[in-house]
Amino acid sequence: MSLQRSDVENIAHLARLAVNDVELDAVAADLSTILQLVEQMNVVDTTGVVPMAHPLQMSQRLRPDEVSETDQRDRFQTIAPATEKGLYLVPKVIE
Amino acid sequence: MYSKSISELGAGLRAGEYSSIELTRLFLDRIGRYDGELNCFITLASAQAMAAAENADRLIRHGDAGPLAGIPIAHKDIFCTDGLRTSCGSKMLDSFIAPYDATVVSRLNAAGAVMLGKTNMDEFAMGSSNETSYYGAVRNPWDLNLVPGGSSGGSAAAVAARLCVAATGTDTGGSIRQPAALCGITGLKPTYGRVSRYGMIAFASSLDQGGVLTRSAADAAVMLQAMAGFDPRDSTSARESVPDYSAHLDAALAGLKIGLPKEYFDQGLDPEVARSIELAVTEYRQLGAEVMEISLPNSGLAVATYYVVAPAECSSNLSRFDGVRFGYRCDQPRDLEDLYKRSRGEGFGAEVKRRILIGTYALSAGYYDAYYLKAQQIRQLISEDFKKAFEKVDVIMGPTSPSTAFALGEKAGDPVTMYLSDIYTIAANLAGLPGISIPVRPVAGRPVGLQIIGNYFQEAQLLNIAHRFQQESDWHLALPTGY
Repeated sequence: MSLQRSDVENIAHLARLAVNDVELDAVAADLSTILQLVEQMNVVDTTGVVPMAHPLQMSQRLRPDEVSETDQRDRFQTIAPATEKGLYLVPKVIE
Repeated sequence: MYSKSISELGAGLRAGEYSSIELTRLFLDRIGRYDGELNCFITLASAQAMAAAENADRLIRHGDAGPLAGIPIAHKDIFCTDGLRTSCGSKMLDSFIAPYDATVVSRLNAAGAVMLGKTNMDEFAMGSSNETSYYGAVRNPWDLNLVPGGSSGGSAAAVAARLCVAATGTDTGGSIRQPAALCGITGLKPTYGRVSRYGMIAFASSLDQGGVLTRSAADAAVMLQAMAGFDPRDSTSARESVPDYSAHLDAALAGLKIGLPKEYFDQGLDPEVARSIELAVTEYRQLGAEVMEISLPNSGLAVATYYVVAPAECSSNLSRFDGVRFGYRCDQPRDLEDLYKRSRGEGFGAEVKRRILIGTYALSAGYYDAYYLKAQQIRQLISEDFKKAFEKVDVIMGPTSPSTAFALGEKAGDPVTMYLSDIYTIAANLAGLPGISIPVRPVAGRPVGLQIIGNYFQEAQLLNIAHRFQQESDWHLALPTGY
């Protein structure tokens, strides 16, 4: 699979990642090389093979539905780029 | 003094021959003297270290100190440390002061270990040479023109140059074992789930595992003892009991069955590295082990499979870095989308972006089955290869890395060539198995690592096998010239 500039633009949008125009061709070439490596997988017939999502055959652990963490909002918000009255600030979304 | 083992240092501390404060000052002085050229540390914690050392000295005087009390160590900068910058080697987290400790950090603190600082690493642990760090490359103490390996390159170089006694690391595709091999030290990646991932910044959650970089297997046993065990804060933490890792170090190896995968000795392996591995295997034969050839038929697909699974998980994990709650935010965002895109575009480096893009593509509509599902199926086949092998043998041995340390810049421009540096380490991560790398005969002055892969939760056996070799050889004692 060889990716074009427009493919990279589309993927970068899905990933919410700004890629400079001047870098698009180089990124497309790099990603295409990586995909060539990845496509070595196609030599194996995997019909009927159960996909393995996780190394240990474990099910998700449940815990009692009890409060286990304390409220640390103020502490956590000290490292935020912008907050006001306990809220995280972002550019206006709704006009 | 700075080359003594953890148990020797512990004995000296308890006997009152020196204090932890003196020991800590010694290593901080060494860092001051040598780290300018090596670049192992991103952040030093000198004041906290001296306070921790004072506290450890008090515990030791009261006679209730464990084996790590007062021992100076370093943490890979992927582990969150309360009140201290945790950068993960990225501009994205350059000003991130973690508001809590990773479980690995809190357990080692509780054991009385003294943290000297946070070590350099490839950005978000994505790299095999430490060249993707926002804070610059780490240099290999054996030759400053060579890479130390990655992604735990700062930890590996710091332990090799005796800038700390031991260090933590993480291994997603070889990031403990490969730098350990390239720097001539011991590196243990435990079974997936053995060491808590809580507070360890996530790269690929089904592969990531914390572990240790030390100068010997005996030191690794002491470190792992403090770190391993169930943690309710990690949803994939294993409930397996933790054995006494130091108790079995000296067990005899007579009758041990060692498998050598023929696929690990193919034309991609440097012939001199192969010779070093053969010599090490001969040593094991003399210790009474039985050696046989085995096959891991799908191991050739491990790198391809990994470069779908790891980027897919990374693209999902790294979506949390959005410029809103913590981390880098771009200047003057026009709107919310611009805030996300430019914060991420400016905060992440080239390799991290490549992996996010590959992962996003592999998970996108229309491509999921061809890439992600296919990779998960091959992951199953690779895991089954190991299961079959462990029906015949106790452990698997081979090279950790296909070559010795390469030159800085040599592979930096070619992602796929760089990815192939992890060709022998990745399969253990896909299967979730434990692996250790120990130094064997160097080639032209450059360290070589022997990789030993064990069955699930057999860390004690790996440490025993590594330790017995280190009793018969002194490669692990070699100190790089000038340090």
